[in-house]
Amino acid sequence: MKMNFLKLFATAAVIAGTIGGTSIAFAEKSGGILKFYHRGTPPSGSIHEEATSSTVVPYMSVFNNLVMFDQAKPVNSIETIVPDLATSWEWGNDKSKLTFKLRKGVKFHDGKPFTAKDVACTWNLILGKSKAKLRKNPRKSWYKNLASVETNGDYEVTFNLKRRQPAFLMLLASGYSPVYPCHVPPKKMRTKPIGTGPFKFVSLKQNEHVKFKKNDDYWKKGRPLLDGHEWTIIKSRSTRVLGLIAGKFDMSFAGDISIPIYKDLAKQAPHMVCEKHATNVSTNLIVNQFKAPFDNADIRKAMVLTIDRAAFNKILGHNEFIMGGSMLPPPHGVWGMPPEVLKNVAGYHPDVAANRAEAQKIMKKLGYGPDNPLKIKVATRNIAIYRDPAVLLIDHLKEIYIEGELDTVETSNWHAKVARKDYQVGLNLTGIGVDEPDAMFYENYACGSQRNYTGYCKEEMMALFEKQSMMDDGPERLKLVYEIDKKLQEDAARPIIAHNVRYNCFQPFVKGFKTMTNSLYNGWRFEDIYLDK
Amino acid sequence: MSAYVIQRVLLMFLTLLGMSVIIFVLLRLVPGNIVDIMFDSAGFVDPSEKATIEKELGLDLPIYQQYFDWITALLVGDLGFSFVSEMPAIDEIGPRIPITAKLAALSLFFSILFGLPLGVISAVRQNTALDYVLRIISLSGLSLPSFWLALLILMACVSYMGAIPIYTETPETLWDELLLYLLPSAAVGFRASALIMRLTRSSMLEVMRQDYIRTAMSKGATENAINYKHALRNAVLPVTTIIGIEAAFLIGGLIITETVFNIPGVAHFLVEAILMRDYPIVQSLVMFIAIIVVVINFLTDLAYAILDPRIRYS
Repeated sequence: MKMNFLKLFATAAVIAGTIGGTSIAFAEKSGGILKFYHRGTPPSGSIHEEATSSTVVPYMSVFNNLVMFDQAKPVNSIETIVPDLATSWEWGNDKSKLTFKLRKGVKFHDGKPFTAKDVACTWNLILGKSKAKLRKNPRKSWYKNLASVETNGDYEVTFNLKRRQPAFLMLLASGYSPVYPCHVPPKKMRTKPIGTGPFKFVSLKQNEHVKFKKNDDYWKKGRPLLDGHEWTIIKSRSTRVLGLIAGKFDMSFAGDISIPIYKDLAKQAPHMVCEKHATNVSTNLIVNQFKAPFDNADIRKAMVLTIDRAAFNKILGHNEFIMGGSMLPPPHGVWGMPPEVLKNVAGYHPDVAANRAEAQKIMKKLGYGPDNPLKIKVATRNIAIYRDPAVLLIDHLKEIYIEGELDTVETSNWHAKVARKDYQVGLNLTGIGVDEPDAMFYENYACGSQRNYTGYCKEEMMALFEKQSMMDDGPERLKLVYEIDKKLQEDAARPIIAHNVRYNCFQPFVKGFKTMTNSLYNGWRFEDIYLDK
Repeated sequence: MSAYVIQRVLLMFLTLLGMSVIIFVLLRLVPGNIVDIMFDSAGFVDPSEKATIEKELGLDLPIYQQYFDWITALLVGDLGFSFVSEMPAIDEIGPRIPITAKLAALSLFFSILFGLPLGVISAVRQNTALDYVLRIISLSGLSLPSFWLALLILMACVSYMGAIPIYTETPETLWDELLLYLLPSAAVGFRASALIMRLTRSSMLEVMRQDYIRTAMSKGATENAINYKHALRNAVLPVTTIIGIEAAFLIGGLIITETVFNIPGVAHFLVEAILMRDYPIVQSLVMFIAIIVVVINFLTDLAYAILDPRIRYS
């Protein structure tokens, strides 16, 4: 009897779920233009040439990937990867060969068919193997392990890796990994990009707008639901937030609503839906290991010990920032050290006074003290989100006899300066395209990587990066990632101060959108969004 | 008069040539270059890729060669390509000029419309309550930063009307356009009108103490005739100079106002282009502004002769 009741209950639940699901499907409405504001003109429309949300957020919907992260799930992981232009995939040769079966009947926006050749062309372009060249190639380091891409007819493609790399699929699922058409040169992709995605690029006017319209020939039937999406470029933050409050825009730009702005917005526009999310963008300390005295590991250790993360969180994060190492901790991320592991990492112990006492001892041993402070310049980008933590950092450094002077760098010159290693100590923000140790370690901490600003390079760490990269996801890999992250923090490779938290706000009639929590770069396909007006 | 005009026109050309050299050199003296900035959005700078782009943009050539290439192209109307958008510079600049021109004209119109008559009223009603009120208003106009005023206007619109008068799409009718530019031009024009008002007032007060005004009064001329026919015509000469200068330098006020009201004019665009070191855009725009300033100065000088028959250029 009890069994029958359970069966009945389960059946009812399934029916209810089905009806519920159907009713959701019926509730979807087609049409309308989704209106966003954008914080500045995107540098180009070519996602493969940029490493900024300014490009990937509006342009991701022009393209398809081979695989992508499920747009309805907030946390990206290997389990949330779904097919896109690939219908299925299969690992071979002990996970050093990845073969994709491709979707048939897909067309680019100019009417040309999509084939395996386009996939090969795209990754050959990144590998620098094609005749056409990218102007900039920021994710070359992601594909260091990719030996070649082979086509097997028009609808099958194989990625041959130099060694096994089970997480390779994660890189392909990022919004930063779209498939480009073979027949369109890189210059055109920067100005008038063409893809197979749900929306077609219409126009970009500097400082004015970026517009996209529905791709009527989209291969996914019934999608997209919107007629288009348009982005008004507004440099003044006050103006764009006022525009959002006044209902001029339907949605904020990714990561644009900071905690204080959210609090103001909640008062002025209580009807607005705001989703709190981690961005997987961390505020961190960069120490130039090529410049004396920072080539000394002890002084770097002292700097790590003096950071009072709780103070940063209280003052700048309204106690909402997330404490972690290089990887974003759960529940927002997948690979970050949880609090019980983190507290054992040097500099993360909550007893700041004890940490600083240890740091002072190190500094005194090195010959510095209250009467003989180390005078340095703390360089940072001249925008508030960089400047404010830099000021706090200077204050914390003072505790260990380091007198820092703020050196603000014109924002557009920042990366050039740090890439030249033309700084002593800096305050930087680092965003990662995909919450995956391979992306994080190879991009920011590997020897020779272009985005390894501090010049941190250790053979033993490279070996550990390789080791974790060859492992399947599971407790063993997770343990090793924690171990690596702990070492990176203690070596002051790029000490993480905090992981930032932002809000994504939209009007209540915007439906079918979910804010992703462990990347700012992967959830902007827009094909399921509709306006319930 | 014609000899004076020819002399001034020649001087204008020399000034513009000098300006072109200054603009070109100064822009290249500013730290950071376009290629570094292009790489900023990629988060790194690759030296070999940087060299390739520099070559592609002609930045590897000697500076005199770059100047010569630019100025010869400019003389035949070729403004080059924007380094940032990779579009022809003329296509980027062209549509923005009318927007800023309209905004500037409307701002100037506002400033004259309010500044001149209120200045006269303030002078005529000297030391009355009305004079004090007008002087306070003009003082606030001079002391309020235009970006603050512009933001205040926007916040008031959002709070009281639930709407925000910013530029999000091209206005379809002249009326829409006028409505859109009304508040920004008032924000910019407020300062200029305050300046014009104060200058008109002091100039009027000085003129009204002259003998010929007393004569006109004793002859029984009406108050309006005295104020507007006899006094204002003579008082307006220094005001004209200020209007000319304000017109030329309005671009400064427009940068902020265009940013706050999100108007896609040349002023805001110029700042962005400078930040991006988009040399073709900056050089072309600054040359354009230089031409405007030089021409307005020239026209102001000519206007003196029309306003004051005693002034003759020979």
